[in-house]
Amino acid sequence: MYSTILSGALLGIRACMVQVEVDASSGLPAMSMVGSLGAEVRESRERVLAALKNAGIDVPPKHVTVNLSPADLRKEGTAYDLPIAIGMLEALGFFPEGKAKGILFLGELGLNGEIRSARGVLPIVREAAMQGIRECIVPYANVREGAVIPGIHVRGAKDLEQVMVFLLAGEGERDSILPYVTLKAEELTTDESLRQADDFAEVKGQEVAKRAAKIAAAGFHNLLMLGPPGAGKSMIAKRIPGILPPLSLEESLEVTAIYSVAGLLGERSLITRRPFQSPHHTISPPALMGGGTIPRPGIISLSHRGVLFLDELPEFQRNSLDGMRQPLEDKQVQITRVGGNIVYPADFMLVCAMNPCPCGYFPDRNRCRCTEPQIKHYAGRVSGPILDRIDLCVELRSVEITSLHEAYSGESSAVLQKQVERARRAQEERFRGANYRFNGDVQAADVDKYCTLGEEEKKCMEKLYGEMGLSARSYHRIRKVARTIADLAGEERIRTEHLLEAAMYRPVQEIWKA
Amino acid sequence: MTEDRLWYLQWIASLWEFPGKTKQMLLSRFPDPEELFRVTKDGWEELLAPKQVEIILRRQEEALADVKARVGETTGSSLRACLKEQYDNLGRLGISFVTMEQVEYPKRLREIPDPPLGIYYKGKLPEDEIAVSIIGSRDCSEYGSYVASGLGKYLGERGIPVISGMARGIDGISQQAALEAGGLSYGVLGCGVDVCYPKSNERLYQKLTEHGGILSEYPPGTPPAPFNFPPRNRIVSGLSQAVVVVEAAVKSGTSITVSMALDQGRDVYVVPGRVTDRLSDGCNRLIKQGAFVFTDPKSFVEELQETYFLQCVGPKKSKANKAKAPEVPKELQGLWTLLDHTPKSVEELQKNLAEPLSIQDCNIRLMELTLSGMAKQVSPGQFCKA
Repeated sequence: MYSTILSGALLGIRACMVQVEVDASSGLPAMSMVGSLGAEVRESRERVLAALKNAGIDVPPKHVTVNLSPADLRKEGTAYDLPIAIGMLEALGFFPEGKAKGILFLGELGLNGEIRSARGVLPIVREAAMQGIRECIVPYANVREGAVIPGIHVRGAKDLEQVMVFLLAGEGERDSILPYVTLKAEELTTDESLRQADDFAEVKGQEVAKRAAKIAAAGFHNLLMLGPPGAGKSMIAKRIPGILPPLSLEESLEVTAIYSVAGLLGERSLITRRPFQSPHHTISPPALMGGGTIPRPGIISLSHRGVLFLDELPEFQRNSLDGMRQPLEDKQVQITRVGGNIVYPADFMLVCAMNPCPCGYFPDRNRCRCTEPQIKHYAGRVSGPILDRIDLCVELRSVEITSLHEAYSGESSAVLQKQVERARRAQEERFRGANYRFNGDVQAADVDKYCTLGEEEKKCMEKLYGEMGLSARSYHRIRKVARTIADLAGEERIRTEHLLEAAMYRPVQEIWKA
Repeated sequence: MTEDRLWYLQWIASLWEFPGKTKQMLLSRFPDPEELFRVTKDGWEELLAPKQVEIILRRQEEALADVKARVGETTGSSLRACLKEQYDNLGRLGISFVTMEQVEYPKRLREIPDPPLGIYYKGKLPEDEIAVSIIGSRDCSEYGSYVASGLGKYLGERGIPVISGMARGIDGISQQAALEAGGLSYGVLGCGVDVCYPKSNERLYQKLTEHGGILSEYPPGTPPAPFNFPPRNRIVSGLSQAVVVVEAAVKSGTSITVSMALDQGRDVYVVPGRVTDRLSDGCNRLIKQGAFVFTDPKSFVEELQETYFLQCVGPKKSKANKAKAPEVPKELQGLWTLLDHTPKSVEELQKNLAEPLSIQDCNIRLMELTLSGMAKQVSPGQFCKA
């Protein structure tokens, strides 16, 4: 007897369909599995046999062959346990042929027959729906993940027995045995209760830094904050996702797919808040970039469409930071392993924080005893290529007690978000049909096209260039940031005042060098 | 003075590990180099400390080996040729040498208790005109840097040479300002004159050789060893009539220079600082002990004039002077008056404004002030007076 069952495989954060073929024939009792299998997939044999036995099914002594097709695609993970078990049951005649037709199965089996959660349910279910598959059975723990995909019935099963009962039942009874779950994605993304809890109004003082954060958020510019310990750098960084426009449905699905592949979704169905990742500075390059023998998304991909916050920037390993150069440029990361290439998206806003000197108190010479070379060396620990990707820099000072007592605390996140959204709309308009989304993405070659200057502004730029010893790179940077400042002000053209303000936020390393 | 003697003096001066006293002793004991080179280990042990014996034996050996390699035998004339070769080598490096026994030797330096036997220099030697040394902390504050560059510029414009140690911070800043104003400046190093220390002052080093000089009592190639610096400081103060201390913590190299200056009978002027600033503690303490108080370049130079009957003290006419001080536009005045020499954050300035301004307007105006040279941006978000 022969049977074929549908399942799916992950390719990065996308997926493709896999056919699980099972053949049972007479001969010496054995079970062999083929089809370019990873170690965990090969171990599946033991799990499936034990789970079938413990679910009360007496497996007859047959020669069983399992093939996962396409056979040249590397199969990883434990989600093939359930489709293999179902394929065997069908091939061995435990339920009528054709009952499992058109149903996609995913899930890991416990030895007692229990179905355990699997990684990557969302992208696989989405691919299945796109291929015209209408039914799927996934682990009960992952059912909310798949339920946001329209056009496919997603049912969650707790154990093998439930699935057997479901398959044996008639069409009419099936919904009562394993009811399918649907969640409206639109409702989830606009759910107000899921908004960021932290508000900018809680940050007292630090008006310049807050303004820099607003500009950065509006143009998706990368931001560097300098300041002594306790000035509020982390506080501000944590609040930036809350002033970015809410995730669109498409973005939300992208982010959820990444978390699904990383197995970090938990009970959540759809991620509707912008991610905020704040790794410790001891993080290894693979953890940051993604990788491992079975490649998984790294922190930079988990920050996709959100904020990656690197506190204590100079303390990070140099090769960790330098590895981010290409992702910062391409907005995606390519991981190459023996098994093949995988591309994970990584379009994030980089927010960094550092002390201005080893002790943290420069330029307060009463507290800072660091020598000038020490300070320069400390600032120089941030590699040039990373610094080049940072559009705005701002220095914070310790907050005075008086401003902590002040009643006025500046604009709230909701107000800031409205302003940011307006600036974003202006950018959508500008980049329609172009390769860019935000001012922060614009490459040097296109700066002239998108950040046009009038005569007066050109003169101002020349003056800035001459007086401040700007580099060509900071010249472009200032124009991009000025474009965002103008967008925030609702102005059609970049004006001198926008350029001047943008110039103020150039990296401190450049100011100190001049 | 014969040439022979000059070559010999140069060789003695190049024994940089030895204090001045020992060099003088060697010179008076062995007026003829041949005698010196004949002294054996036992002879040296009677005269010198064990470590010094090691050094002189090594030098002796080096010189003799050099002679042997050249001539094959050690005679008086070949020895002289070897010393001459060493001296001529200096010329090839673009370095000059002057000893106490020559008239070119700076007059003021002769007056000090422990004058260097010889001076290696690039560029010029200070002439006998009045000179001022400006000294202070390497890690100075914006305030210190402001005062140092202001004084350097004022002196530079009036043709009064600035003497200092070309170090980071106050030293370099004041010398830079004097040169930029078209004046002269002399840098006294704690290493060989062909060694630029610190490296970050490479440009200043170049400019000093063109408009002034680089001086050192140490032979070319001497590394900047820490123990070289206190003796170097006596030359800094020795070359000048007045010493101005801009910023100094209580324990610092500056205090060594001050005590040397007082021994040499130089006038010590001190720039007062705020009592809360650690970098001004040393200065304020000196004032307490009775040092002259420096208030502004003008009155300082006037006092010098009175004391030393100075003549030519008027600003040289230069382009920089013709340009009038820029007038602060009306809308920038509010912020400009709030600026100080200690950096202030934009928030701090905004809070104290009489007429309220938004934070971005403050940003813009401060940048305008920076562009027109009236303010200085210390970091993104902090400004001080230029």
